[in-house]
Amino acid sequence: MTQTDTILEISGLGVPLPSVGDRSHAITDVSLTLKRGEILCVVGESGSGKSISANTVMGLLPPGMSPDAGSVTFKGRSVLGLGEREMEALRGADISMIFQEPMSALNPTMKVGQQIMEVMEEHNRPADATARQKRMLELLGVVGLPDPESLQHVYPFRLSGGQRQRIVIAMALALEPSILIADEPTTALDVTTQAQILQLIRDIQASMGMAVLFITHDFGVVADIADRVAVMEKGRLVEMGTRDEVLDNPQHPYTRRLLAAVPHGRPRTDPVPKGAPILKVENLTKTYVTAGGFGRARRVVHAVQDVSFSLARGETLGIVGESGSGKSSIGKCLLKLQDIDGGRILFDGSDIAPLSPSAFRPMRRRIQMIFQDPFASLNPRHSIARILTEGPVAHGVPQSRAMDRARELMDLVQLDRSALERYPNEFSGGQRQRIGIARALALDPELIVADESVSALDVSVQAQVLELLDHIQRSTGVSMIFITHDLRVAAQICHNIGVMHQGRLVEYGPPAEILVNPSQEYTRRLIAAIPGRAQPH
Amino acid sequence: MTFLRHAVLRLIKALTVILSVVIANFFLIRLAPGDPAAIMAGEAGASDPEYVDRLREQFGLNEPLLTQLWLYLKGVVQFDWGYSYRMQVDVLHLIAERIPATLLLMGAAFIFSILLGILFGVLAASARHRPGRGWLDSVIVGISLLLYATPLFWLSLLAILLFSVQLGWLPAYGMETPGTDYAGLERAKDIALHLVLPTISLGSFYMAMYVRLARASVLEVIGMDYIKTARAKGVPWARVLRRHVLRNAMLPVITFSGIQLGQMAGGAVLTETVFGWPGIGRLMFDALLQRDYMLLLGVFLVTSTMVVVFNILTDIIYSFVDPRIGAGGQK
Repeated sequence: MTQTDTILEISGLGVPLPSVGDRSHAITDVSLTLKRGEILCVVGESGSGKSISANTVMGLLPPGMSPDAGSVTFKGRSVLGLGEREMEALRGADISMIFQEPMSALNPTMKVGQQIMEVMEEHNRPADATARQKRMLELLGVVGLPDPESLQHVYPFRLSGGQRQRIVIAMALALEPSILIADEPTTALDVTTQAQILQLIRDIQASMGMAVLFITHDFGVVADIADRVAVMEKGRLVEMGTRDEVLDNPQHPYTRRLLAAVPHGRPRTDPVPKGAPILKVENLTKTYVTAGGFGRARRVVHAVQDVSFSLARGETLGIVGESGSGKSSIGKCLLKLQDIDGGRILFDGSDIAPLSPSAFRPMRRRIQMIFQDPFASLNPRHSIARILTEGPVAHGVPQSRAMDRARELMDLVQLDRSALERYPNEFSGGQRQRIGIARALALDPELIVADESVSALDVSVQAQVLELLDHIQRSTGVSMIFITHDLRVAAQICHNIGVMHQGRLVEYGPPAEILVNPSQEYTRRLIAAIPGRAQPH
Repeated sequence: MTFLRHAVLRLIKALTVILSVVIANFFLIRLAPGDPAAIMAGEAGASDPEYVDRLREQFGLNEPLLTQLWLYLKGVVQFDWGYSYRMQVDVLHLIAERIPATLLLMGAAFIFSILLGILFGVLAASARHRPGRGWLDSVIVGISLLLYATPLFWLSLLAILLFSVQLGWLPAYGMETPGTDYAGLERAKDIALHLVLPTISLGSFYMAMYVRLARASVLEVIGMDYIKTARAKGVPWARVLRRHVLRNAMLPVITFSGIQLGQMAGGAVLTETVFGWPGIGRLMFDALLQRDYMLLLGVFLVTSTMVVVFNILTDIIYSFVDPRIGAGGQK
């Protein structure tokens, strides 16, 4: 490696945290080098300081934060000392960035074409307006979006998450920067879209020869895309090496822990418990109709079409699909959170679909849900004790018995009993999800519907919560419907898996069979999209 | 095509609202104690029953209530809004005469409050965002809180005391200097001077609201991901503020401006009374005191129509600013 190979050099970088937290620095003594034309993955859990490192390079730290040690050198020039105007000249032209949340990364009141052109206008490259227009259309094609000519006039709200991420990438590529910083660009996308975006970034990187600093918490993604890997823990760099070195021979215990947390996708093989089914769904159909408004046409979405399956007592069924496949609609129908348009839902032999809300209320106790977002699903003003006892007490359990049960549940979900006195904001995402699980169990349900219950969590936390769910299911014998977009996760804990595609159940069977011998083209696509599959580990 | 359909539907809705308001007002006024004919007779100094009966007949007060309503509605559509016996003028004529003054005052107060409100709101939010400038935010928020909490008439009286009585800079009363016959620019300047105090009095409260609203809204938008995207593109902060923050932050402000315009029709009564402004608010106040029912009904009709029209205007503007809503986003 010669000196000119290095395009970005971070050495000894430290950024203090403004207020007194659990540590004084967001990052401490971080040293990294990025070479021309390579993809360097920075891996770590949330709070590890990986995003702060990237934002320091861009000069986009939140107000009140600035580095107090070290240096950042871009093409031999120190970046940290640069004034705002010089940084603006760098940003978007020499170093550009794409972000995690494509749904909110675009200005909702500006047409996408205009947003792409803005970066060229700002740097006045190309200087001619029609050339900029031409370049914008070309970029829309490069990032694989159809019909650039009409797409340029569209507002972001008309596009899907994957399409928006492509727009953001087009924006970042407009001036062919030498460095692209990608901050978890695929975390908010589902597996198949993630695979496409990763492919796109790889292709572009190869054809333009730029260097990519890719931030992620998922070693599956690392295996797919990285040349070299840097692992960060609690603001410090703990390991660095080539992809194969780090994946095959991790040195630091934290790296090993992260690697072990990647869903292995080894299928569950124990037989489905025998007996009468607790739940039988026959020809379930759900259609959404959005009313036409101010010049908008009426839209009809067939969310669930003619779906049938049955679930034995003590069985875990995985329902897998992309966003928009109708998998969450099934969950909502089962809990009667929304009405159905056709079919029957037989719970313990009786059809719950036609029941009125008051007739269904006594049954609610028996079917419980664990939600996706651990931050939004717990009332912030209620103590954990109240969250756990409210349901049982409403169903006639005496307060003291409900409290005893709440203490047992804390043990079951491996939280300290003192947690009962506290409030949701005092817990991390993973802990909150444990509380959500305890809340669902508090009513001693016979069926639990878990809708993307581990998707919002970091991989390492996800692994722990999955293990807990699996343990609880096995030990209590509760039946579970596990809704997810991640086939690996479903395979690990489900007896059977149903694959949803465009509202239909396209494939159904035990995970071993589905993973090894999928009968449908769509299932094969889902399997191919699993990150890190190319790598044996 | 769908847009046309929507526009027609919207128009029908608006007319229904106005019609309901007219009918409700008609009955509410009849609920007030006292017989209009007897009051009119009393005012005229004659109280013999024959005269009262004649008055009743003359104003159609002896007809059944529903017939009276029908006659009134028919009149409204035909631009015959009745006759003000107190002023001895046609109601429509009277209102038409007063409406320009009110619209002028409302327009001035609206522009004053929304422009300064947005300016100071954005300034405060932007100062808060920059280290070392936080004091400016505190000052602006403090002053706006003060304006927000001070009663309108109190502010008006103090302003008159200071600027008219003590300093003698501005006229305290009326819309034009009496006894002069200025024309053209001279007259405009005279009216403008008279306009200053009522505008500030009427607009200050709303300005304070806009400061708070714009500030909160800008702070919220500054935290959005797309602001970071814009900065990552290399757009300078001032331009990020103008191009990306402002337009998105203005959405709640626009919503409130519709409410303000509606409310101001009522708030103007107080200001117009304190400053002797010859507008429709004063007219309403006088009509109320003198039980001039036809005039009162006419004023209510005009103000409710104004509220409805302002609401429609707000919705149209909103649909142009936010592409996610309405016809402006259809392409």
